[in-house]
Amino acid sequence: MEKETKLISVRDAIIMAMSEEMRRDENVFLMGEDVGIFGGDFGTSVGMLEEFGKERVRDTPISENAISGAAIGAAMTGLRPIVDVTFMDFIVYMMDNIVNQAAKTRYMFGGKGQIPVVFRAAAGGGVGSAAQHSQSLEAWFTHIPGLKVIAPGTPADVKGLLKAAIRDNNPVIFLEYKAQYNMKGEVPLDPDFVLPIGKADIKREGKDVTVVTYGRMLERVMKAAEEVHEAEGVEVEVVDLRTLAPLDKDTVIQSVKKTGKVLLVNDAHKTSGFIGEVAAVIAESEAFDYLDGRILRLAGEDVPIPYNQTLETAMIPSVERIRKYILRLVNNR
Amino acid sequence: MAKTNSKKVTDISNEKLLEMYRAMLDIRNFDNKVNRLVKRGVVPGMTHFSIGEEAANVGAVAALEKGVDLITSNHRGHGQSIALGIDLNEMMAEIMGKATGTCKGKGGSMHIADLGGGNLGANGIVGGGMGMAIGAALTQKIKKTGKIVVCFFGDGAVNEGTFHETLNLASVWKLPVIFYSINNMYGISTPISSVINIDYNYRRAASYGIPGHFIEDGNDLMAVYDKFKEIVQYVREGNGPVLVESITYRYLGHSTSDPGKYRTKEEVDEWKKKDPIPRFEQYLLDNKLATKEEIEAVEKASEDAVEESVKFALSSPEPTLESAFEDIFAP
Repeated sequence: MEKETKLISVRDAIIMAMSEEMRRDENVFLMGEDVGIFGGDFGTSVGMLEEFGKERVRDTPISENAISGAAIGAAMTGLRPIVDVTFMDFIVYMMDNIVNQAAKTRYMFGGKGQIPVVFRAAAGGGVGSAAQHSQSLEAWFTHIPGLKVIAPGTPADVKGLLKAAIRDNNPVIFLEYKAQYNMKGEVPLDPDFVLPIGKADIKREGKDVTVVTYGRMLERVMKAAEEVHEAEGVEVEVVDLRTLAPLDKDTVIQSVKKTGKVLLVNDAHKTSGFIGEVAAVIAESEAFDYLDGRILRLAGEDVPIPYNQTLETAMIPSVERIRKYILRLVNNR
Repeated sequence: MAKTNSKKVTDISNEKLLEMYRAMLDIRNFDNKVNRLVKRGVVPGMTHFSIGEEAANVGAVAALEKGVDLITSNHRGHGQSIALGIDLNEMMAEIMGKATGTCKGKGGSMHIADLGGGNLGANGIVGGGMGMAIGAALTQKIKKTGKIVVCFFGDGAVNEGTFHETLNLASVWKLPVIFYSINNMYGISTPISSVINIDYNYRRAASYGIPGHFIEDGNDLMAVYDKFKEIVQYVREGNGPVLVESITYRYLGHSTSDPGKYRTKEEVDEWKKKDPIPRFEQYLLDNKLATKEEIEAVEKASEDAVEESVKFALSSPEPTLESAFEDIFAP
């Protein structure tokens, strides 16, 4: 395997992942609103129409139900579609096809058939697009047996996991974060660089406190971990879930057993957010006996995302608040 | 009894005509049997019967290339599955929730599928199969297989948003799909006149610039078959999708738990006079396409097959508890 890497953005990692998979397998194709000549709402398919043509990079009408349904029918009959949902908020229009059809069809048919489809959705706020264009809805999908849900937080993880999602023979909800399309990181150039779905990653080792997070908040958690290390000598272990469903419970449990203290962070609303599930998993596991303090959650406020930028920023966990929560845990307050 | 007004068809073999008659009988006998089993408490849950709609189903399927072309179905899918030739033993076992069922007992009546035979499955969500149908058609177009898809739905599904979206997308991408609305004139309890502002739904084809076809007598097997022969060829030649509507009637309620207060006995009786099965029998006899003996042999064979399926299903094992956790993900 090539060891060469390049410093590229999340956006470019996505284009690279999709392009490599489309070169590798002629059944893979991309469909969605403005994916063709426009290059995608967030520029995530720039250049792909030119390379692959309009049969495999398909612009659609504004018809989320038909788009998602067609993707599922195509997947059932031998193709491997990638659907660009664009803003994750629009996935709500696709719910019947994702939840009632894609997630359940193989099971209801007694194990016959497969639905290899990836729904890529731009989640989260931080770009001033207000309540109907800023949601992170991953929790809904983790609740549905039959779906895989992935939320990577670095360009390398984005590339490796998107390739894995495309190669997976099941419906996958793949979260991207609007505020992070420009974020850069070292990304392996090997076209066979694929990461395993369902495996969390320890992004930083530490013995004092565990912080479990994913997606957009990973960057902030890593900054906060560095800051408390510099300022207070606190060693934070950062567990990046990467895949939400299926959840890598083992990595989380082992880390909590090691540190005895845990903070859970996501950008989605606190109530019924995915970290609530992680809290329950910890509380009912053997890690409970090792806990030296409460399980803490830090999440987006339970409000629709406001338009005003100062207000919006205050509604999502900041590096400063993550630091404060870490120190609360460490100082047993 | 209403007479069929189709001219004698000379291009269908007598063998195929008897196959079509057998398919209609199988649907009638199977559904009547399931209805009785539900009443006896042997079959749990929801089943929706195709009794009365046999010609509307069989005529369409008979015009397809069996095992090649694809269909998607709806909750009232027994007629389509049986017309396509599904194994009756496995279908009865599925309806009884047995491990030997088409779906290992995990799908039930509303999710019967036969992927190998081109049946992409019944669907418990009204309109749920429409997106799947256009996707399957997209695959055939991209891979140039020459296969077409028939998307079966009722009069109720036409008012779901998915009808609009899928017809529009299919028309823009010129997909090889026949959108077939079997109009039995009622949702559950709402007559069609109370839920649409036009007379018939086939007229909506105009909104998408595609042909809209109308089969006024959906209980005339040959009329359904003739129309489908025509549109199957049109679609297979790459001309894009069509919308077709047939008028028929379900003799029983929406499902087994429907006392049917929204229809009059007179109306049901009027439609029973137009029963597709005796009409077709008469058509075969009148045109000397089959003898009384041949017809009686087919009738007996159908009854025997349905009885056999019940025996098979009753003696089949229940699925294991472990099986509830299997088949969620493909490897």
